[in-house]
Amino acid sequence: MAERKLLPRDNDEGSLLSKLGTDSPKPRVKFGGMFCNVEGAFENKTLNFDSYNSSPQSARRHVKTKNEEKCWSDTFSDADSVSNFSAASERFPRQASTCSGRSTFPGLLSFKLADRLIIKGGKVVNDDQSFYADIYVEDGIIKQIGENLIVPGGVKTVDAYGHMVIPGGIDVNTSLQAPQLGMCPADDFYHGTRAALAGGTTMIIDHVVPEPGASLLGAYDQWRDLGDRRSCCDYSLHMDITRWHDGLFEELESLVKDKGVNSFLIFMSYKDKFQSSDSQMYEMFSIIRDLGAIAQVHAENGDIIDEEQKRLLELGITGPEGHVLCHPEEVETEAVYRAITIAKQANCPLYITKVMSKSAADVIAKARKKGMVVYGEPITASLGTDGSHHWSKNWAKAAAFVMSPPINPDPSTPEYLSSLLSCGDLQVTASGNSTFSTAQKAVGKDNFTLIPEGTNGIEERLAVVWEKAVATGKMDENEFVAVTSTNAAKLFNLYPRKGRIAVGSDADIVIWNPKETRTLSATTHTLTVEINIFEGMEVRGAPVVVISQGKIVLEDGKLDVTEGSGRFVPRKAYPDYVYKRIKARSRMADARGVPRGNYDGPVHDVISMTKSVPATPTSRMPQFPGKGPLGPARNLHQSGFTLSGTQIDDHIPRRSAQRIVAPPGGRTNITTLS
Amino acid sequence: MSDCRRQWNREDELPVYLAGPITTGPNQRKSYGMFTSAEGACDSTTKDYDNCAAGRRGTRTPRSFSRDRLLDYAENPVPEAASEASEQGKVCINGLLIRGGRVVNDDRSEFADVYVEHGLIKDVGVNLTVPDDVRVLEANGAMVIPGGIDVNTCLLKPHLGCPPVDDFFLGTKAALAGGTTMIIDHVVPQPGDSLLEAFERWQASADRKCCCDYSLHVDLPNWNAGVQDELEVLVQEKGINSFQVYMAYKDMFQMTDSQLYEAFSFLKDLGAVVMVHAENGDLIAQEQSKILSMGITGPEGHPLSRPEELEAEAVFRAITLGNRVNCPVYITKVMSKTAADTITQARRKGSVVFGEPITASLATDGSHYWSKNWAKAAAYVTSPPLSPDPTTPDHLHSLLACGDLQVVGSAHCAYSTSQKAIGKDNFTLIPEGTNGVEERMGFVWDKAVAMGKMDENQFVAVTSTNSAKIFNLYPRKGRIAVGSDADIVIWDPDRTKTITSKIQQSAVEYNIFEGMECRGGPVAVVSQGRVVYEEGEGLQVQQGSGRFIPRQAFPDHVYQRIRTRNKVKGRQGVTRGMYDGPVYDVPAMPKYITPSPSAKTSPTSHQPPPIRNLHQSNFSLSGAQLDDNVPRRSGHRIVAPPGGRSNITSLG
Repeated sequence: MAERKLLPRDNDEGSLLSKLGTDSPKPRVKFGGMFCNVEGAFENKTLNFDSYNSSPQSARRHVKTKNEEKCWSDTFSDADSVSNFSAASERFPRQASTCSGRSTFPGLLSFKLADRLIIKGGKVVNDDQSFYADIYVEDGIIKQIGENLIVPGGVKTVDAYGHMVIPGGIDVNTSLQAPQLGMCPADDFYHGTRAALAGGTTMIIDHVVPEPGASLLGAYDQWRDLGDRRSCCDYSLHMDITRWHDGLFEELESLVKDKGVNSFLIFMSYKDKFQSSDSQMYEMFSIIRDLGAIAQVHAENGDIIDEEQKRLLELGITGPEGHVLCHPEEVETEAVYRAITIAKQANCPLYITKVMSKSAADVIAKARKKGMVVYGEPITASLGTDGSHHWSKNWAKAAAFVMSPPINPDPSTPEYLSSLLSCGDLQVTASGNSTFSTAQKAVGKDNFTLIPEGTNGIEERLAVVWEKAVATGKMDENEFVAVTSTNAAKLFNLYPRKGRIAVGSDADIVIWNPKETRTLSATTHTLTVEINIFEGMEVRGAPVVVISQGKIVLEDGKLDVTEGSGRFVPRKAYPDYVYKRIKARSRMADARGVPRGNYDGPVHDVISMTKSVPATPTSRMPQFPGKGPLGPARNLHQSGFTLSGTQIDDHIPRRSAQRIVAPPGGRTNITTLS
Repeated sequence: MSDCRRQWNREDELPVYLAGPITTGPNQRKSYGMFTSAEGACDSTTKDYDNCAAGRRGTRTPRSFSRDRLLDYAENPVPEAASEASEQGKVCINGLLIRGGRVVNDDRSEFADVYVEHGLIKDVGVNLTVPDDVRVLEANGAMVIPGGIDVNTCLLKPHLGCPPVDDFFLGTKAALAGGTTMIIDHVVPQPGDSLLEAFERWQASADRKCCCDYSLHVDLPNWNAGVQDELEVLVQEKGINSFQVYMAYKDMFQMTDSQLYEAFSFLKDLGAVVMVHAENGDLIAQEQSKILSMGITGPEGHPLSRPEELEAEAVFRAITLGNRVNCPVYITKVMSKTAADTITQARRKGSVVFGEPITASLATDGSHYWSKNWAKAAAYVTSPPLSPDPTTPDHLHSLLACGDLQVVGSAHCAYSTSQKAIGKDNFTLIPEGTNGVEERMGFVWDKAVAMGKMDENQFVAVTSTNSAKIFNLYPRKGRIAVGSDADIVIWDPDRTKTITSKIQQSAVEYNIFEGMECRGGPVAVVSQGRVVYEEGEGLQVQQGSGRFIPRQAFPDHVYQRIRTRNKVKGRQGVTRGMYDGPVYDVPAMPKYITPSPSAKTSPTSHQPPPIRNLHQSNFSLSGAQLDDNVPRRSGHRIVAPPGGRSNITSLG
């Protein structure tokens, strides 16, 4: 919202580019989108070229950029939770302001040459438009975009001719440290983020999975510590709520307000472990909404799965195919439907992680058509492969595919999901990356329920989306950027710092070669896990150069990462993209009662009746251990009903007309009441 | 159930006329429907009359068939009417000829006379030869339809201990007045009560008071091992084949998904029909407390706390469970468009699911909850609530007409205004239930047939035949055919009547259809072969004349598909050599045993993280493997340190 305020100022200056960084979600309609209406379309071209070409202007524009830079940091500082934001990413705003203090870029800035880059000749692709421009990066931030940029000497030039320059991918669902059965994934923060960078993803959001009952803040600190030490790219954290109780409220509040976490995952599956009941979900959704965070759900009906698992094991099915058989698609669909219903009741934005089946995606699409604030995230595995491999004769291969919800055996699922992704019914792609070595998976060799769940996908994500959706003509390059990066940044309030190539944004940039073809394989991938579930898949599109925090981490096929260089990126509550609608709805949704006179007719006497029932209500209570009081209170001595005394609305005239003189408990015909 | 099987298999002994309809089951309509292709249409008229005649002249099998059936049910109290009838002298008194009507079944309509004797239909056809002294009921060209079957009534369901004002006598009297000649009532045991005891209590009360034939559903208040034994007895000895489970009423009747799964599996094995009260009880409880805390205590809080999404969600979940278990699911009280649509979609995908809209949802809407008159607003309180969307009745009628919904119930459960007033300061205490048993047939005619949505055959199907098929009463009930029970209604499509509590049979003061005009109504009603209602002469019912009709398990209409699917859907594992690679040593397997049996409870206590017992691990890397003799194994053997992270990509 803060960025909005900047718009008028920008307009005076007449430069198109100054708007790029600051304009919020819908520039596509306004400037240069190919379906935009006439005036814009005509103006645009001339304006564009003007501003790019006139070199005398570019210096001026540069000053403006700096102004804007100021505003940028203002943006952060006038928002409510500044302190933590600037504290956690102190490098970023402070350096930015020192830079903008200088009037020009004299060549005497000799330090840290490696931090300055110019990317030349590429086609810059954002989610709203594509254009040819050079990009100048300094101190990990994009400083200038345009043609014929004036830059200091000695800057490293990255050649992007013929390639596309896209914002680095954001992978919003990884579990690089989440232990299962006490085993840590084979690829931890270091290996995982390394693979992410190799595949063109420059930021991840990892799931913090505390032990059920353990402190969330404790787990958060643990993950932060690991992430700070091991991560090679920027990262942020989701918090999983593994067991809900009222005491967690303070922890959630502090996570949102002080720790920069604005998304929480709730499990509807994993019975007796992580699973939450509908009531608990409703409570959590209400709290999450009040805190301005986003509720994510792992949507599967744990009760049914639990029963089916028992049944399959009884049948003697112990191999990985049992996993698919006991996690049928319907069970996922049902849970998605239920989660949406509950979220609707609580008026909470909902994000479905790991959309794995056609019917689940359909439910999301339908709910969106009805106006629900719900988002769906297919993952690399559901977009790139199908679940027929669970029946592979090779146990190790079959086990490698095990994850929840399972990869769907229906081979048309990837096509379908990529179509929904293209038309906007699904919004974000992630990887769900959580890899376990074959030895770890083999813990479940005699019982599929013990196989640790998770597949790879962090590295292959962009390529798979490109291959399945862009190369086949389903989506264009702008939508590609949207689903791999921009939408995620908007949803989780990282925008426009991440997810966009604009002046002032972080220099997380990927130079993408859409023509290169390669074959995915475990022998060539960056992860340490032995089996790649995409083994043998041919994909078009590959990152040529990957720039993270302004540093080149991938060039000429060589990875050059620094362990621990990743920064934690805090996220503020109330992401605009999500909460604008929620806020408006909560203002509208107040239910109101009907003001009517008190009922003053006869009231049936309840006390006499209970005697006829042999079992007294209170004796039923122990049937429900751990339950609260019964819904309707049956303690008849507590009854607050009375027929005598003055009524609140004694002064209302219409009441007297309604008074009925009738013996209490008698069966009187009071049809005349109407 | 086996008896049942055997009987059906003896179809060749049955009269020609009966043989077809029984066995062809749900598809008859197509063969005789009015839209069939030319040959069928031309044939059928001649053929059928032939058949009828043959049946009449031919063997006496129809009688023996029904005798058989009566004998099967011999353990039940033999109805007085029937026993009287069996005495030779009174035959003529009980003989009844319905003349000059158009007999409408669910598959076809024909002009024919119907001759009734001993409470059974003896003959259907033109120019019947009958004894001279039989009573003749002139239909004067009106429709002669099988009596309605109301599959959802609660005439003895207590709320906070008080039973509804309409008991079995008043309720069945009202039913007969409206053209319904059989009800299936819900036995509602309180949680912890014995199902059998509750069943007997209901049966005793009904035997004393019922004026028409009845049967019983049993509701399951909770799920445990004791219930299972009782269910077996109920199905196999007591003639109950339908049970209701609840997804709502948290902390009272509600079951968790696990319990539902178990209940579905068990009931399917027994061959029963699972009925579901579909609402998400957890969310309702939350919404109720929210709305009460907002200070809304009037009846409008009822629909506000039970929005239609919660109904649709639960329907969706119930269907999912039914699909997983491969069990037929019957959704009682379909009250909203979304719930009905959910059922429709599931049926398109092949689920065995049935939906039952009720009189209230078909004839009125939930806008009355906001009435200024508390008594009026409270009269509409039922669960799931009436949808405030005024287009709901139309939509439901359309789905009924096209077969997406199958059965019309009434959910008649009438509480007096003073009983409703128990909840005058708290809408959650208002007893739930509306009237509708008397108005049911009339409104379906008025809103669907008279509007041209539905034809008269489909009208018979949704009010009578479909429910008879689903609950295994067919062809004894739900059809006018030789050998069927003589539950017959002469229906006048042009009669107009204004519904008002003044002329109704029910004792409830506030009729929720008050003032509505309704076309179509019964001119005469014949129950068990006796004329109980005739226009101009009023109702002549006899308290306690109703018989309990036991129902066999495994109704064909429902279970044929289920059985086939059971056979087809066998699951097989993959036979593969044993994995012999390295196995990670699981250091500690934290066992979480959630103390409460149901995950639906909300544990408010903070549970400490369990201690890791490192000695519990039972994974081992050593020792001989089961498949040491399998040859392919050697090729796969990998020498790798246990627990080490070794690249064994060659495995793939």
